[in-house]
Amino acid sequence: MSIGLVTAAYVVAAILFILALGGLSNQEKAKRAIWYGIIGMALAVFATIGAPGVSAHWLLLLMIAIGGVGGYIVANKVQMTQMPELVAGFHSLVGLAAVFIGINADLEMSAAMAATEAGPDAVKELAGFAATIAKKSAIELSILKVELALGILIGAITFTGSIVAYGKLAGKISSAVLTLPFRHQINLGAFALCVVLTIMYVNGAGLWTMLAVAIIAGAIGWHLIMAIGGADMPVVVSMLNSYSGWAASAIGFTLGNDLLIVTGALVGSSGAILSYIMCKGMNRSFVSVILGGWGGEQQASADGPQGEMIEASADAVASTLNDADSVVIVPGYGMAVAQAQGSVSELTRKLRAAGKSVRFAIHPVAGRLPGHMNVLLAEAKVPYDIVLEMEEINEDFPETDAVIVIGANDIVNPSAQDDPGSPIAGMPVLEVWKSAQVFVCKRGRGTGYSGIENPLFFKENTRMFYGDAKASMDALLPQIS
Amino acid sequence: MKIGAPKETFEGEARVAMTPDSAQRLQKLGYECLVESGAGALASISDEAYADAGVTVLPNAAELWSQSDIIAKVREPSTDEIANAPEGKTLISFVWPAANEEMLASLNGKNMSVLAMDMVPRISRAQKMDALSSMANIAGYRAVIEAGNNFGRFFTGQVTAAGKVPPAKVLVVGAGVAGLAAIGTSTSLGAITLAFDVRPEVAEQIESMGAEFVFLEFDEPAQDGAATGGYAAPSSPEFREKQLAKFRELAPEIDIVITTALIPNRPAPVLWTADMVELMKPGSVIVDLAAERGGNCELTQKDEKIVSPNGVTIVGYTDFPSRMATQSSTLYSTNIRHMVDDLTPENDGNAVIDMEDDVIRGALVCHQGEVTWPPPPPKVQAIAAQPKKTAPEETAAEKSAREQAELKKSLDQTAWMLGIGGALLLLVGTVAPASFMQHFIVFVLSVFVGFYVIWGVAHSLHTPLMAITNAISSIIIVGALLQVGSSSGIVVVLAALSILMASVNIFGGFLVTRRMLAMFERS
Repeated sequence: MSIGLVTAAYVVAAILFILALGGLSNQEKAKRAIWYGIIGMALAVFATIGAPGVSAHWLLLLMIAIGGVGGYIVANKVQMTQMPELVAGFHSLVGLAAVFIGINADLEMSAAMAATEAGPDAVKELAGFAATIAKKSAIELSILKVELALGILIGAITFTGSIVAYGKLAGKISSAVLTLPFRHQINLGAFALCVVLTIMYVNGAGLWTMLAVAIIAGAIGWHLIMAIGGADMPVVVSMLNSYSGWAASAIGFTLGNDLLIVTGALVGSSGAILSYIMCKGMNRSFVSVILGGWGGEQQASADGPQGEMIEASADAVASTLNDADSVVIVPGYGMAVAQAQGSVSELTRKLRAAGKSVRFAIHPVAGRLPGHMNVLLAEAKVPYDIVLEMEEINEDFPETDAVIVIGANDIVNPSAQDDPGSPIAGMPVLEVWKSAQVFVCKRGRGTGYSGIENPLFFKENTRMFYGDAKASMDALLPQIS
Repeated sequence: MKIGAPKETFEGEARVAMTPDSAQRLQKLGYECLVESGAGALASISDEAYADAGVTVLPNAAELWSQSDIIAKVREPSTDEIANAPEGKTLISFVWPAANEEMLASLNGKNMSVLAMDMVPRISRAQKMDALSSMANIAGYRAVIEAGNNFGRFFTGQVTAAGKVPPAKVLVVGAGVAGLAAIGTSTSLGAITLAFDVRPEVAEQIESMGAEFVFLEFDEPAQDGAATGGYAAPSSPEFREKQLAKFRELAPEIDIVITTALIPNRPAPVLWTADMVELMKPGSVIVDLAAERGGNCELTQKDEKIVSPNGVTIVGYTDFPSRMATQSSTLYSTNIRHMVDDLTPENDGNAVIDMEDDVIRGALVCHQGEVTWPPPPPKVQAIAAQPKKTAPEETAAEKSAREQAELKKSLDQTAWMLGIGGALLLLVGTVAPASFMQHFIVFVLSVFVGFYVIWGVAHSLHTPLMAITNAISSIIIVGALLQVGSSSGIVVVLAALSILMASVNIFGGFLVTRRMLAMFERS
């Protein structure tokens, strides 16, 4: 394949990627959008393999095959509820790959320099990437080095950050916030060190500086994400998504490959926007989310809410539901954890069959990923036109007979509106307490993921329905007539 | 006690304050009912009908006034009537005390107790005796009928074999009881109905009647109708200007204008000026329900129907309820009956005037030789104060204004960012070599494309979006593919590992996205 043909394939691939992202504007188009992405990727990979200067075909095809099988197995095995950690885990792969490619680029560069010094004959023997580097001027090489350092830096942060995010989401690392003393200073210092190392590298220091940058950046990534609380994980995941894109872009600069630049930029801006949308959903600034979790410096001003949590039995819940005309279900991460979406769907089906209006209220940050709840409910075959966003349904709560909150906490916390001292003050929440009756389906009496007390549980029209979400829903089902 | 209803003496007044129906109810309260012969004739109620209902029919007014203890009337008594009236009677009728202070004095001179139907406070308990509302309701209906009578076309649009008929366009100004009744009548006749009121809170009522609320872009603190007993208060000059400008804009396309704007105890505001009439099409009709108080239309002649030089009919009748005498007599007599009911707590035919009763006290303008008007403010708030809406509902125009402001803000921001970004770009351009700049341009453009594309992604698809971007970010495999052919062993190993990891990501990412998307279903 000629260079021209490869470039043409790259252009088509880039357009297909844009179409793939743009196609997600609605559910119907989305199913086609995914194919744009797949075809684009296939085109890019095969064009590159066929490009002049790419050799070792047997090796790379073997690697793709192994990787493909691995990816296929993981993707088919994973539960829908594990989607957040899966995505986080995948990000770490991209991050690590970026680091490796960056280091490779340096090695190739050294080879090219050595060859240039040795004379024109040696240059002619250079293969692939090293050959292109040998043609570069001094200033171009400096820029190349900066790009390379950036790629390694972002890649390393993405790698360790994603691993921590994966651990926290999968419950393998405590979701509590790690607050080292002077943590902002530590981050800043480490970052400054990376800058110094990069400057040294550009001025001729060897590969060791880049390895050091990779290690330090890895530490930054680890520390950064450790300091972010569980409830902010959706933002973190999309932020890491963004980082993986920027890393790809930086590598694209290093290699002078436009397809990498374009795609990386697309992914990077996509993740950035998602993070922004979610921060807006929580009424928090992006910086405050990134720099640290809740519960550190900010403590709830008031003492815990006063009153008593009143428990309700499955019979009581079922009879209220049988009497209700309009029911709103507010799912949260608890539903995902308990794999209760199937039972919830069944409950919805039964209630709807009985002529009741049943709708779902989805908070923008419900779950651990943006749109997490939508995916779970869709998996359970809940029709998406009864699944509404917060703004669409918040006004309807006063006319609602019964609300079932399943494993959600902060997103229905009235102190976001009432208590200016609350860590979530100002965050838009679902005003479930305005309805006639609220049932909170919850595992136990503790506070939620973010550790904030919820006065909703103590309200007069709230009944606590303790137990595993799935078991609770299953207990309700036979009693719904 | 005896309640008597005389024949109305006012020229053209066809209503009567008592019907056979209401008389029967009054008798149940223990009253004896009297009526002047011919009192109901214009409302199609014969003396025989009264007699059948057990009402004593008296030959003349003098007889009736002297025999009755309570006189129920529609219009305020004329000077003659007061002069001839015996002393010490109780009178229930419209009085308009604010406009008739002299009459009030002469009534008081006769030592009468006078209950003014127009002074019944507007509280929920008193709605059943709110004669103003029942008359306004009739006036609103009749105004549309009157307009239709003078309008040469259909109200409703029709497609007939003889051609297509466009629907009439009706504008109702002032959405009080009369306005709402007019809206209801007009929409049920099939006209396209627009309505305007200075009180934005009635927009909902207007829309509930099937009309479109004409919105004014004006940010004055909204008038709170509850503070003025449900009536409109005078508006500021700026507001008025806006309002007139809007009307001027509407005038050419409106076929029928029905104005009902009244402000308590003031001349009617002029809302439809002469130049607006000129703008209207020939054959259009204006019905001015405020003619009694000078009219909302500048050209209105009280009690007359005129045609403007450009062929617009302007109806200035003030006797719409009287023009539907049967209906209005039924409603008015029921209002009177409820009033009497309240005056008779023991149901024993004895009227007791209870000064502690807010409704009675409000309506009472003369009592025991004293003018008791104006009444003290009622103990109960006129209309339950409407809970202040925390977020007043955005009308379409407000929304567009806000969106424009937001757009402007974001455009300003964008301008700044473009400025700064451009400067930075130039700065980079001065030092960086051309090869870098080429890639850099591609990068910047892609970021922009990314931003625009992602804003359009549906909220519910954010998880698939992340999965697919994750898959796409494994494009980094291209970098590794380019390096794997190196002569250096380490490079080959690292590149191979990168390919492995990236392809896990490619296959895993796309498969997972597909799984997710396949699940979205419509019911």
